Amino acid sequence: MSSPDRPQQSTDLPVTAAAAAAAPRRNRPDRVSAPTERFAARTAAMTASEIRALFAVASRPEVVSLAGGMPNLAALPLQSLSSEVADLVTEDGLTALQYGSAQGVPVLREQICDVMREEGVEGDPNDVVVTVGSQMALDLLTRIFIDPGDVVLAEGPSYVGALGSFAAYQARVVHVAMDEHGLVPERLREALRTLAAQGITPKFLYTIPNFHNPAGVTLAVERRPRILDICRDFGVMVIEDNPYGLLGFTGEVYPALRSIDPDVIYLGSFSKTFASGLRVGWALVPPLVRDRLVLAAESATLCPPSFTQMLVSRYLSHHDWRSQVKTFTENYRERRDAMLSALETYLPEGCSWNVPDGGFFVWLTVPEGVDTKAMLPRAVTARVAYASGTGFYADGFGSRQLRLSFCYPTPERITEGVRRLAAVLEAELDVVRTFGTSARTELTRGPQSPSPDTT
Amino acid sequence: MTDRNVAVLAGGLSHEREVSLRSGRRLSGALRAVGVEVREWDVDGSLLERLRDDRPDAVAIALHGGEGENGAVQAVLELLGIPFVGTPSRACRRSWDKPGVKAELVRAGLSTPDWVALPHSTFRELGAKGVLDAIVERLGLPLVLKPDQGGSALGVQMVQEAADLPSAMVSCLAYADTVLAERHVRGTEVAVSVVHDGDEPRALPPVEVEVPSGFYDYTSRYTPGAASFHCPARLPEPTLTNLRETALRAHDLLGLRDVSRMDAIVTDDGRVQILEMNVSPGLTDTSLLPTAVAAAGEDLAGVYRALIERAADRA
Repeated sequence: MSSPDRPQQSTDLPVTAAAAAAAPRRNRPDRVSAPTERFAARTAAMTASEIRALFAVASRPEVVSLAGGMPNLAALPLQSLSSEVADLVTEDGLTALQYGSAQGVPVLREQICDVMREEGVEGDPNDVVVTVGSQMALDLLTRIFIDPGDVVLAEGPSYVGALGSFAAYQARVVHVAMDEHGLVPERLREALRTLAAQGITPKFLYTIPNFHNPAGVTLAVERRPRILDICRDFGVMVIEDNPYGLLGFTGEVYPALRSIDPDVIYLGSFSKTFASGLRVGWALVPPLVRDRLVLAAESATLCPPSFTQMLVSRYLSHHDWRSQVKTFTENYRERRDAMLSALETYLPEGCSWNVPDGGFFVWLTVPEGVDTKAMLPRAVTARVAYASGTGFYADGFGSRQLRLSFCYPTPERITEGVRRLAAVLEAELDVVRTFGTSARTELTRGPQSPSPDTT
Repeated sequence: MTDRNVAVLAGGLSHEREVSLRSGRRLSGALRAVGVEVREWDVDGSLLERLRDDRPDAVAIALHGGEGENGAVQAVLELLGIPFVGTPSRACRRSWDKPGVKAELVRAGLSTPDWVALPHSTFRELGAKGVLDAIVERLGLPLVLKPDQGGSALGVQMVQEAADLPSAMVSCLAYADTVLAERHVRGTEVAVSVVHDGDEPRALPPVEVEVPSGFYDYTSRYTPGAASFHCPARLPEPTLTNLRETALRAHDLLGLRDVSRMDAIVTDDGRVQILEMNVSPGLTDTSLLPTAVAAAGEDLAGVYRALIERAADRA
């Protein structure tokens, strides 16, 4: 019943479906080299991933997503922002819609220094480089500092976007343990000693001192100078990533590492204090680093968007941005409280979590034997999503942990989400008991965490 | 040129939502490029109203997994009397159960790798170790574990050593309550798509899948370049003919309609072992049916336009 009368433009060449479909009738040369065969080796980890695919349902309203990291923008004064945008175009349109400096709009760089002063940082606007979100600054810094195989130190767990940049430039990440007070100085020293014994000096320590993503902890104030001293002893630069610093729930603002040591590279962002969609972040760097970073930025984007920078600048000038941050923070605190209360009420024995006093995230350790990555499909079936812990480690650890975000859903949805998660954990524990398994440490392919637009 | 008003269903709430959205976009784009009026709809609370209000001439189902493949969406379309491309609900329901399909294939004299299907409760009540030992004794190692339903290789585990079985079982059971354990068969991995776009169903040229890792898992399926395709498969002509005939037989046997895909292994001695039958073949950039269509010198829009015409004529 086959159809020999049908034309068969057969080929014994390897073809990808996309390539074949794009040119089904064109004559092909003897050897078709698909574009996929030309990918750089350093991008080998940028693959499709089973875990990433599961997050596709998170956008559906039936699913309570505790997986994403989207700020809750509902409290923004959209009406007055709308006139701000109109005024920007009317009054400064020809500048706002034109190329600008690769380093960023000068007036905004001055204002950024005012913002950083909230955390004790005295920076020079000439040393500020505005970027498309602080993610771009992180990527560019990795580009200018990392050769393949170089070692980077990062907390374990660490921010998944940083791990992605480090992987793309083929850095080797060595994680350093945290406790409830953040990075542990003794562990840092041990890690550096171990590396020194192998003749390795890491290029830098990447650290998120405040309201850590994903761990939710904050580096104790008394540890801050110790961490800096240890890094100085071993000749290791420090990159401080501080997107959540002003989002504390107790009103306490912690001194930035950069406020203690001007050699620290500081990354900041308006994504959480104002609007993530504008993609305005920055790096404050030592003068000797600045010029190279600006050239790298120029090669990446020519310049950050003038329009969004000028909008942020107007917002900072004309609005009470400090009160807005306070409003955001109150919303987040209410959501955190809902999450902590639900965790207490619903979760089975053997779970533990931290109590974050700022930021977006709770880091949950599940009972022995449960592998949070393996459990995710069960959670999706039960209409709840979380980010499994392995995505926040470069070495396969984290399978007993997961990250819950409380930033976006309402308190009621958070309670419902945790209730569902508890049922998922009970069902998973039932299976785990049957097979007597333990969580695995293994490297898996592709991204393990949700994309930025996951709710 | 058709002026049919077509709705492509994609998305849904299954584990395969991402793949389905890709299939839907690809199909919609291909149809629009040839002038077909296409709406893309998710399967959600607004679907019934849309179907009733807009009443498409035909629905093309690009859903994978869950309600798009188990016959639920098809049953609703049948209730509303809206024609659709694809297998009727009752046959979908039957094909949804992988162990059931295998049993039916065997009854009809077709070959499929030896298997055991067991729910979690059996392991819990009888003791996992004893049951797993018996499975290994019967099927040998390596063996393959699959959820008893769903596709895109989600949850599929290739188990090399007995020590890895318990954790592989846990991973698999996170997708479904019943696990299908299957003997691993070595050979050439092939997929044969069947389309019924003319008077009779016809089998497209078999596509051979070559994966360096040897395991055609989710990452290999949806990362462009991770798998190489050869079409037709690099197999002797009689084997290719046998593959096509087998795909058509299985399509007919299971009551599949319009379009299907058979995944199989051709062993070194030329035997065709059917792994799975798919009622809703993937249509993404890296999927096998579009590869076969292209290798046959045809285009996806042409094939689907004919399928849509046939479906609309059933109204």
